[in-house]
Amino acid sequence: MPVKVLIPTPLRPFAEKKDSIQFDARTVGEALDQLTGRFAELRKHLFADDGRLRNFVNVYVNDEDVRYLQKDQTPLKEGDIISIIPSIAGGSSTGFQPVRFP
Amino acid sequence: MTARLETKLPSSSEAKLSKEEILRYSRHLIMPEVGMDGQLKLKQSKVLLIGTGGLGAPLGLYLAAAGVGRLGLVDFDVVDFTNLQRQVTFGSNDVGRSKLEAAKERLANLNPTIQIDTYETKLTSENALDILRPYDIIVDGTDNFPTRYLVNDACVLLGKPNVYGSIFRFEGQATVFSVPGGPCYRCLFPEPPPPGLVPSCAEGGVLGVLPGIIGSIQALETIKLILGRGDSLAGRLLLFDALALRFREMKLRRNPECPICGDHRTITKLIDYEEFCGIRGEESPAPAVTVPEIEPRELKARLDRGDDLFILDVREPHEVQICSLNGYVIPLGEIPRRASELDSAREIVVHCRSGKRSAEAADFLCKAGFRKIWNLKGGILAWSDQVDPSVPKY
Repeated sequence: MPVKVLIPTPLRPFAEKKDSIQFDARTVGEALDQLTGRFAELRKHLFADDGRLRNFVNVYVNDEDVRYLQKDQTPLKEGDIISIIPSIAGGSSTGFQPVRFP
Repeated sequence: MTARLETKLPSSSEAKLSKEEILRYSRHLIMPEVGMDGQLKLKQSKVLLIGTGGLGAPLGLYLAAAGVGRLGLVDFDVVDFTNLQRQVTFGSNDVGRSKLEAAKERLANLNPTIQIDTYETKLTSENALDILRPYDIIVDGTDNFPTRYLVNDACVLLGKPNVYGSIFRFEGQATVFSVPGGPCYRCLFPEPPPPGLVPSCAEGGVLGVLPGIIGSIQALETIKLILGRGDSLAGRLLLFDALALRFREMKLRRNPECPICGDHRTITKLIDYEEFCGIRGEESPAPAVTVPEIEPRELKARLDRGDDLFILDVREPHEVQICSLNGYVIPLGEIPRRASELDSAREIVVHCRSGKRSAEAADFLCKAGFRKIWNLKGGILAWSDQVDPSVPKY
């Protein structure tokens, strides 16, 4: 299903400064896999070592939090918009560290 | 969700507006949505603002203007010159003054009829419940995660609404937490981000007007709660993209498994929030302690002697426009891809604004086999302090 993933400001430096990208995916998990496949650096910002989404990032399909749907198994339909919403607190530091080199 | 705040009218001697107040608030009074009842509710309301910075500025101004009867302000900071780009309660003459003192003066001038209480202290687990308790509504205008979790937990434990707003660069979020049956901050973000190794210089900065917009929304939501009018943001997360000028909304719900407001609560008192956010006992570790450093004065001396040094500037192009040491510019993020442009036979001095990004770059280059790398300690800021004050600091 063609869907759009919106990339929040703190993550754009790791996604070639894009604010959104389109994918063909059947589930939220697939869309996020494609996202981190395309932008490898996003993976360590979005996912912990055990493969789970980091706890200060929420994923929404349209306006629903996927935690209350089927999480990464949430099915997608054409035109769905996936939003990644990170915790922000102004100030100077974020949970997304500056460019990390492998 | 239409969330209402039940404010009881006190004895009739207080339940009045003076002639002067009636004139002051006439533009409220002639609207049926506010009217005398609404203005009296505002007069009797007690609102606590945590933080008098970017968000606190429009909050304080609009809540004072609206006639909130008792306004509490919590902050312990001093007005800094760089605050004036966005903290519009302050003026140039206030630089160096206590923020609370300057804010109180400004707000009292705007509306001398209200009571303004100041708490010049850091909010902690020891004092939070006592400070928050007398107020009806708490407004979170803070800039760090430990305090946000502290304010959230205190509001849940005390049963007080928490009007939330946060910003980052040109994005903002707003909602109202902790109304009866509604979600709290932990329902949305169960855990904070881990502390960054170093604050992100390249990602930092904020559009000055952005907290003005989000803080104004917070003031609006506070007033709506007091008046019991309109649809509150409770249960909705408002997302604002300033550059696109787009508002979006996400549904927010109470998490039944939330440890503090859920069905099986495990948190029943305030905790150590610095520890929770992973900050206790940890200093920001220097990213590359093994990279040799060069002090600005030493660099200057070597350059004056005619030493053949290659200056590498790893800042972003827009920073280079502010000031420069005429170095070769490769922004930090491009170093891995463009390291081949550098001659490893030459001695390279890497610099950025404050020395942190350049330490990362230098560390990378060392590991990539560059043998003659120095990190300019303190960056271009230190160069300005110690060698050439004509170089502007930013």
